[in-house]
Amino acid sequence: MLELLNSHYNYFAVMVLLGIGLYMLIESRNLVKKVIGMNIFQTGIFLFFITLAFRAGGNPPIIKEGGGPYVSPLPHVLILTAIVVGVSLTAVALALIIRIYTEYGTLDEDKLKQLYYD
Amino acid sequence: MIEQIPVLLVVLPIVGGAVPLVASLVSDRAGWPVATLTLIGQVGLAGLLAWSVSTSGTVSYAVGGFAAPYGIELVVDGLSGAVALLVAVVSLGVLAYARQAGPHSGPFYGLYLLLVAGLTGMTVTGDVFNLYVFLEITGLAAYGLVASGRDASAAVAALKYLIIGTVGASLYLLGIGYLLAATGTLNMADLATKIGEMAAYDSTLVLTAFGLMIGGLTVKVALFPLHTWQPDAYANAPDTVSAFISALVSTVSAYALARLLFSVFTVEFLSAVPVARWALVGLACVSIIAGSALAVSQDSVQRMLAYSSVSQFGLVVAGFAIATPLAVVGATVHLLGHAVMKGGLFAATGIIERKTGATTVNGYAGMGSRVPLSAFSFAVLSLAMVGVPPAVGFVGKWYIVLGAVNAENWAVVAVLLASTLLTLAYFARLVERLYFAEATIHAEEPVPEDAPVTDGSGQAVSFGMIAVVVLAAVLAVALTAAVPELQAMLEDTLPPLLNQ
Repeated sequence: MLELLNSHYNYFAVMVLLGIGLYMLIESRNLVKKVIGMNIFQTGIFLFFITLAFRAGGNPPIIKEGGGPYVSPLPHVLILTAIVVGVSLTAVALALIIRIYTEYGTLDEDKLKQLYYD
Repeated sequence: MIEQIPVLLVVLPIVGGAVPLVASLVSDRAGWPVATLTLIGQVGLAGLLAWSVSTSGTVSYAVGGFAAPYGIELVVDGLSGAVALLVAVVSLGVLAYARQAGPHSGPFYGLYLLLVAGLTGMTVTGDVFNLYVFLEITGLAAYGLVASGRDASAAVAALKYLIIGTVGASLYLLGIGYLLAATGTLNMADLATKIGEMAAYDSTLVLTAFGLMIGGLTVKVALFPLHTWQPDAYANAPDTVSAFISALVSTVSAYALARLLFSVFTVEFLSAVPVARWALVGLACVSIIAGSALAVSQDSVQRMLAYSSVSQFGLVVAGFAIATPLAVVGATVHLLGHAVMKGGLFAATGIIERKTGATTVNGYAGMGSRVPLSAFSFAVLSLAMVGVPPAVGFVGKWYIVLGAVNAENWAVVAVLLASTLLTLAYFARLVERLYFAEATIHAEEPVPEDAPVTDGSGQAVSFGMIAVVVLAAVLAVALTAAVPELQAMLEDTLPPLLNQ
């Protein structure tokens, strides 16, 4: 078990991040904390992709003489795109939260539900 | 020229969408004309593409000149050609409605065209990661559009939609990671050959990827129990947006789900791992029953229509998961037909609300004489959705049932037939109120204060708005005549996908 932890600690970190993120997303009553949870959840996925790209003894993927083996550059590129998507989502979410706060005066999900269904 | 069209279909609305956004600094009037011009061009291109696909086969385009499987490939076959044409036509139709009803602002039309670009991108792409990007573009534009209502409840609904939708899309992204680990490729056609070759169908990697990707997409399709964002989003958005996203967003997500099933995981996977197929069919059946039951218990008409979508998409996904040729044709017909019918129904509720203030099932009582044309179209669309011949809803359901009979899935056949009765249960109630009940809201009474539409764009109903609803009702019946055409279009596409 300890050996597995030592060799695969990145994957454990991914699972912990996904778990924390999803838990915050579901359990936190504060809307801003929900968005933070959403970000942590996505960060777990980003770390998963970056870990996929790793290979033992690999060089940075810049072609030069006698360079190989290289780590895979593809997941890095994918995650650059996914980070941009994540930032835009956070921006839209925060804009909506500002609008909700100015209208209802609360960020608490339970209080909001009461106001919303009235 | 023809091979450039798939990429033009995505670029045109993005460029067109930037114009009203910039122009809104000066004037908000530019939005509608620019959007109309762009979408007329879009319909022309999509029509040309669909015609080309049906006569001379699949069109593919390597983005940036990087050949597949390394670069991003756009592929249009009969199935995606039909969906791309549907997206273009419906978005142009809804514009006629938006002229009077919609939020009148430049940014609104910018988002509108961005949503068209995202939906078209999801349709034409042949790369699973590119599909994720377009899924998120679609999502972002849809969240913005839902929030464009003047009332703050629209923002609450949009935030709920955003959080649930993002989790769905993120799960899909995680699934891509598992597929990439298993095969090292992202191209759909390449994945189809490498899954099974490089990783066994029942290996943990492939199974996890299937669960995460399909699970993520079912959030976007809004199958029970992942549908919770949908009723709030549809009921709180401005009427134009409800009509638009109820017609297209779930539809294109369901198309993407079918694309994953047939072009990425393939039917061999479904045969090799029966539990995956049964899980999907089971989810679809639960969705059909639960969606209908929830629809029956709703008081608000728009929420009822939203739950009806949950049930109808259960039907579509069941058709795809059964994966016999007839069932897939039926699911495609119902997918396209449902888009026209549901968009038309939401548009009709908008008109009825503006003219009479009625929003609830009881409020609809006796409205058949107050708003004759809209109410009649509403009734026709309702019956088409139930599946009364000769409407297109009948053809789709009929083929799905025949496909299930061919596959000898008697439990599914029973659920499908019961679903028709359940659909009748909630639509018949409304049609009965419309024509045979005593009015509860009278013309002399002032419209209740909380009833008026939330986007604050006036109560007037234009000729264009009514024309859209009537056109949708006519199409719901007339599309039946186009089913042989669609079948011909799918004839070249389906056999290789279904491995026949």
